[in-house]
Amino acid sequence: MNRKQKKVLIRILIASVCMIILHFLPLDSVLDGWLRFFLYLIPYLVVGYDILIKAWKGIRNRQPFDENFLMAVASIGAIVLGRVRTGDYAEGAAVMLFYQIGELFQSVAVGRSRRNISDLMDIRPDYANLEDDTGHTERVDPDEVEIGSVVVVSAGEKIPIDGVVIEGHSSLDTSALTGESVPRSVREGEDVISGCINTSGTLRIRTTREFGESTASKILDLVENASSRKSRQENFITRFARIYTPAVCYAALALAFLPPIILLIARQQPQWGDWIMRALTFLVISCPCALVISIPLTFFAGIGGASREGILVKGSNFFEALASSDTVVLDKTGTMTCGVFEVAGIHHAVIPEEEILEYAALAEMHSTLPIALSLLRAWKKDPDPARVSDVEEIAGQGIKARVDGREVAVGNEKLMAVLNIVPQPCTSVGTVVHVAVDGSYAGHILIADRIKPHAAEAIHELQSIGVSRIVMLTGDRKAAAESAAREVGIEQVFSELLPEDKVMQVEQLLQTRRAGTSLAFVGDGINDAPVLSRADVGIAMGALGSDAAIEAADIVLMDDDPLKISKAIRIARRCIRIANENIVFAIAVKLICLLLGALGLAGMWLAIFADVGVMILAVLNAIRALKVRHL
Amino acid sequence: MKKTYKIDVDCANCAAKMEDAARKTAGIADCTVNFMTLKMIVTFDEGAEPKAVMQDVLKNCKRIESDCEIFL
Repeated sequence: MNRKQKKVLIRILIASVCMIILHFLPLDSVLDGWLRFFLYLIPYLVVGYDILIKAWKGIRNRQPFDENFLMAVASIGAIVLGRVRTGDYAEGAAVMLFYQIGELFQSVAVGRSRRNISDLMDIRPDYANLEDDTGHTERVDPDEVEIGSVVVVSAGEKIPIDGVVIEGHSSLDTSALTGESVPRSVREGEDVISGCINTSGTLRIRTTREFGESTASKILDLVENASSRKSRQENFITRFARIYTPAVCYAALALAFLPPIILLIARQQPQWGDWIMRALTFLVISCPCALVISIPLTFFAGIGGASREGILVKGSNFFEALASSDTVVLDKTGTMTCGVFEVAGIHHAVIPEEEILEYAALAEMHSTLPIALSLLRAWKKDPDPARVSDVEEIAGQGIKARVDGREVAVGNEKLMAVLNIVPQPCTSVGTVVHVAVDGSYAGHILIADRIKPHAAEAIHELQSIGVSRIVMLTGDRKAAAESAAREVGIEQVFSELLPEDKVMQVEQLLQTRRAGTSLAFVGDGINDAPVLSRADVGIAMGALGSDAAIEAADIVLMDDDPLKISKAIRIARRCIRIANENIVFAIAVKLICLLLGALGLAGMWLAIFADVGVMILAVLNAIRALKVRHL
Repeated sequence: MKKTYKIDVDCANCAAKMEDAARKTAGIADCTVNFMTLKMIVTFDEGAEPKAVMQDVLKNCKRIESDCEIFL
């Protein structure tokens, strides 16, 4: 609790003690009339003076209809009625007391979740250890570090600015950014991004960006500005409060004066006191605080909880669209597949498979083409240049080289044809690298983009949460697209698409989606910015370090696990459900109590509990949206 | 031009009132108050001087909600 909240708590305690003492004092016989009135004014003013002041200011600024006004009128009215009729002032003072208890509770709850979420997103670096030319380090504000400077990050510190490691190796804790708990290891020459925590060795990093452009700043910016785009529920509440509060004030006024006047006209007892009391009860019940606070709190908590899981949402309106997504369109490369070419298999081997790979890797060791790199990666050993000689690269065909004194040819069918060797065709989808040793066929290596480990599971998850249409779009060849789709379990595939074809496909799918549902597009943020913005919700994945994706998408998945797609939908759905629960619950309870109050069946005490109780329950319910770990 | 300011305010309704007051201030094109993150995101009119405009914004906010604060 902060100072302000503590002050309110002390005022509440003093007022409560006063009320209890006053209740048990034998006032009826000893003290009566004005003395009793003034004694009750003590707790009333102690707990409620600021509300009265605010209400007065509201009237002076011609914006009278807010909850301060409601509470001030209701409590003053109850006390005045007490003076002229019953001699009971407890109700008036209690209205103020319980209202303040409710407000304090709400303020503490909001503060809690605010802190909770900022702890979750604890990626803002406070300082950078800047190294100058003499090797001396100085602790500075990250804002002051220029591009190309060298910063030193010791174990346990946060990487302040995006950059490249120039010395040292370590493992990085990226969990604050991605929700992924497995540390990522880095070494010299590798890119690192700000917001990760260095867990072991010391790293020297040459910065490649300014602080403001670094990943940590961008993410914080995104999360903090998230709620400026509001969901339908939030807009509803704002509009609702604007109409509702004046409406109940006039209704209360009507309730106070119309029935007595009608009774007077009908020559009956007008019962002014009764009707005014009912009107005041009506005012207390009608206070819209439960809604006004709990709906934004729900979305705040939901978005905060999602960010902890590495799912960044740019606004609560996107949560809404995500929750109702019935069509999910996925890109293939980088979304369903790793987007990196890897050795997928060695087939028709005449000599041992390891030898084929070894010859191929050595022959290709000087090449920097993706295929050569994947061969070397698969071989996993450091190549020895002394073993390789007479390397001859034949463009569009492959490489010939002398390895360990043997004639090795690595390349496609054309190369084999030139060498008069008959290659075995491959039945799998991918790039085939044939290998011949000393003029005879040795076998071939299949290099293919690998399906992500969780891809099939992710598609199954999407189906099981009720997404009725899952479509894959890709620029890749038909055979590759269909084999990938089969492997992950997607039935609808469109292949060989140019970026603009993808937009057209998505537009067609948008037209045929069911009314009231939305279409989500998932891509890796590279080349699919137009589609990301055309879909109802654009989800970019594997966005860590990719600015373009963070800019273009509505929802950003920080790591590249496709299981996060269904998780994001689940989180969004639960958040929307909680918001709707709160709206229905609060309005229903209020309407019932308003009716009971107007009929005179509910007194001031029930009104107080209806107001504060509903607010507390709604706030507690809203906070549930923060807990998303096991969704 | 767009700027973000840290604010302090007690309740969601008060935050909405601040937003209203800021929007009506001369020199402000748009303003969003985020109660949850306690941030005010202000878009200034073309050619407006943020420092001077924000003083007016603060004054207008103080008038409708006495215990609010904008950290300029």
